[in-house]
Amino acid sequence: MKFPARPPVLPDLFRGLPVLTGQEIPAESAALCPTGAIKAGAKPQIDLGRCIFCGRCAQFAGNAVSFSREYRLAASTRAGMLHAGGEYPAARALDREARRIFGHSLKLRQVSAGGCAACEADVNVLGTLAFDLGRFGIQFVASPRHADGILVTGPVTKNMQSALLDTYAAIPEPKLAIAVGACAISGGIYSGSPETCGMPESIPVDLYIPGCPPHPITILDGLLRLLGRIR
Amino acid sequence: MTLKLKNASCGPTAQAERLAPAELGTRIAGCVSEGGTLLSLFALELADGLSLCALLGDRRESVIEVLLAPLRCDSYPAITPLAPQAHYFEREIAEQYDILPQGHPWLKPVRFHERWRKGAAVFGTGRPAPGVWDYFKMSGPEIHEVAVGPVHAGIIEPGHFRFQCHGEDVYHLEIQLGFQHRGVENAMPGEAARRIFIAETLAGDTTAGHATAYCRIAEALSGEEPAARADAVRAIAMELERLANHTGDLGALAGDTGYLPTASFCGRLRGDFLNMTALLCGSRFGRGLLTEGGVRFELSRETGSELLSRLREAERDTAGAVNLLWQSPSVLARLEETGKLKREDAVALGLTGVAARACGLEIDARTDFSSGHYKIIAPEPATCASGDVYARAMVRWREISRSIRHIRQILDTATGEIRLKPCGAFAPDSVAVSIEEGWRGELCHAAFTGPDGKLIRYKITDPSFKNWAGLALALRGQQISDFPLCNKSFNLSYCGTDL
Ligand code: SF4
Repeated sequence: MKFPARPPVLPDLFRGLPVLTGQEIPAESAALCPTGAIKAGAKPQIDLGRCIFCGRCAQFAGNAVSFSREYRLAASTRAGMLHAGGEYPAARALDREARRIFGHSLKLRQVSAGGCAACEADVNVLGTLAFDLGRFGIQFVASPRHADGILVTGPVTKNMQSALLDTYAAIPEPKLAIAVGACAISGGIYSGSPETCGMPESIPVDLYIPGCPPHPITILDGLLRLLGRIR
Repeated sequence: MTLKLKNASCGPTAQAERLAPAELGTRIAGCVSEGGTLLSLFALELADGLSLCALLGDRRESVIEVLLAPLRCDSYPAITPLAPQAHYFEREIAEQYDILPQGHPWLKPVRFHERWRKGAAVFGTGRPAPGVWDYFKMSGPEIHEVAVGPVHAGIIEPGHFRFQCHGEDVYHLEIQLGFQHRGVENAMPGEAARRIFIAETLAGDTTAGHATAYCRIAEALSGEEPAARADAVRAIAMELERLANHTGDLGALAGDTGYLPTASFCGRLRGDFLNMTALLCGSRFGRGLLTEGGVRFELSRETGSELLSRLREAERDTAGAVNLLWQSPSVLARLEETGKLKREDAVALGLTGVAARACGLEIDARTDFSSGHYKIIAPEPATCASGDVYARAMVRWREISRSIRHIRQILDTATGEIRLKPCGAFAPDSVAVSIEEGWRGELCHAAFTGPDGKLIRYKITDPSFKNWAGLALALRGQQISDFPLCNKSFNLSYCGTDL
């Protein structure tokens, strides 16, 4: 795979960044979104941190929403994910000092906290020969002691909260946190479940990668932007 | 009165046979001894009180019998001593409804959640801490215990494994899950608009399987039949799901034996199959493809021929990659006789899917309880008798060839167009059951409605829920270093179990 030197090959029907045409979305329509990602009104917004890219709004919101094939969806801030149709802010690179530390070798510990294993699968796939994550100096490691950061998937179940916090605490400073998938970012379809509690506040997230699950290329693009390898 | 349902149909709850809890165990044991299957066992609150419900599958007649055992108090005689396959179900019942199965040999929480109902305080009155419970222990000089998880070394789901060892030899493995519990069964009766998306993520690698099982419940309860063409697309999606996962698993097994050529090839080929699913609907996991009443994407002639040409290539490449395994004595030496299960143990534990067929059991929901397009044509079940890692690999390989052939046959025969048939109100006071052969094994969904047609209980049984016990048993007498290989040969779902 030549990415990032060449653009990736994506399926024709791929649902990437939603396009908001500027038409109003009435509250009754917005209420049909399964994750409550749509803010209704004359200037509607889609929260990409909640969106599971099911594509239903392209039907129920008439011509107000369609889906582009834009796969570059990673964001640096939660606020940056509230998409109103304008330009979508790309994820920022780490500052110089952090890039000096992590830029050539980034070891991540993955924790699945209530995920359905789809995000996990598409993170895992980056390790196969096709994507060959190792060529960018990024590697997933077994021990948090060997890691520079944590990559979290899942809505964080109550039953995984303490294991997640322990794992994060075991990673030496300075450390990064990456949230992959709608569940890890906002709870996704499981937000509001009494059995999930969301990402603990004590884990400050440096990179959000939306999707349900995000396409592996979206994940890779996000990681490379974080390290300043793509701008 | 009796209520015997065809797969993916519904009937009045009132018609289900009522029996005493003590008789339920005898009936389940009898069914199992005659070659039937305990598809699911759970509790629910009906208008006249708390009740146990067993779903018994009769494979010869292709019917599912619904049995209800109303409870007069918060305990009943445990069924597990009569039918071992009830053991996990009864732990689940004890945890969800706080009912005591008296005489259960190993009563522990399954998921460690809040009590749904206040009853016998089987596990105390508070929320139990995840995984913190007594484990089966061996004692004696030189006996030691190995604890692994919940966070594991790779990018995989969390669970806790507790081994009782003497040197390298494993005498007992206890598997304790629950860390992925998201409260799914209680969420299903809620907002109707979210159900399909919950179904898609019950086990992310079984999106097409679980989404199909759920859609058939909604369709049965609202009296809709999806268009034949939509059923054809669902079957294609389920077979592609099987192909991707089986190929990935064979690669992972090769990786665990240290045989990298097949591991590398299969890693890529798995992606090729996922991309075929994306060809159908834009998502590699089939997200957004299914909906109640049909599927959301038309399968055009061009997409069909593109799929065929990709399948042709993938078939050739997969054969090339996987046949290397059978030709490498060093690989075979690792697979053969490792993690062996006896056929009678597979029956007693109620194993399903690949794990069961690898013990020589010819059971497959696609033929035994066929629904949708499988009613027209279904692939023959693939079996292998030796019950070891080799057999579980071989069954996968045989299923890969059959699935590819099957997709070709579907594309040859399925005609018509996809017309969505939106599902309306659900039939009141009814029960619906839906079984699909997911790539791991049988997925069973059951739903009960109240007098207003609203869902009052939604029960999901993922094949993993039944098969974890098989993995635990397969480890007995093995070296602890055989665990990764045995584990991969089952490749069970944590989230599908934890729900
Ligand atoms: S695509 Fe996103 S915004 Fe649109 S309905 Fe689905 S979850 Fe809501």
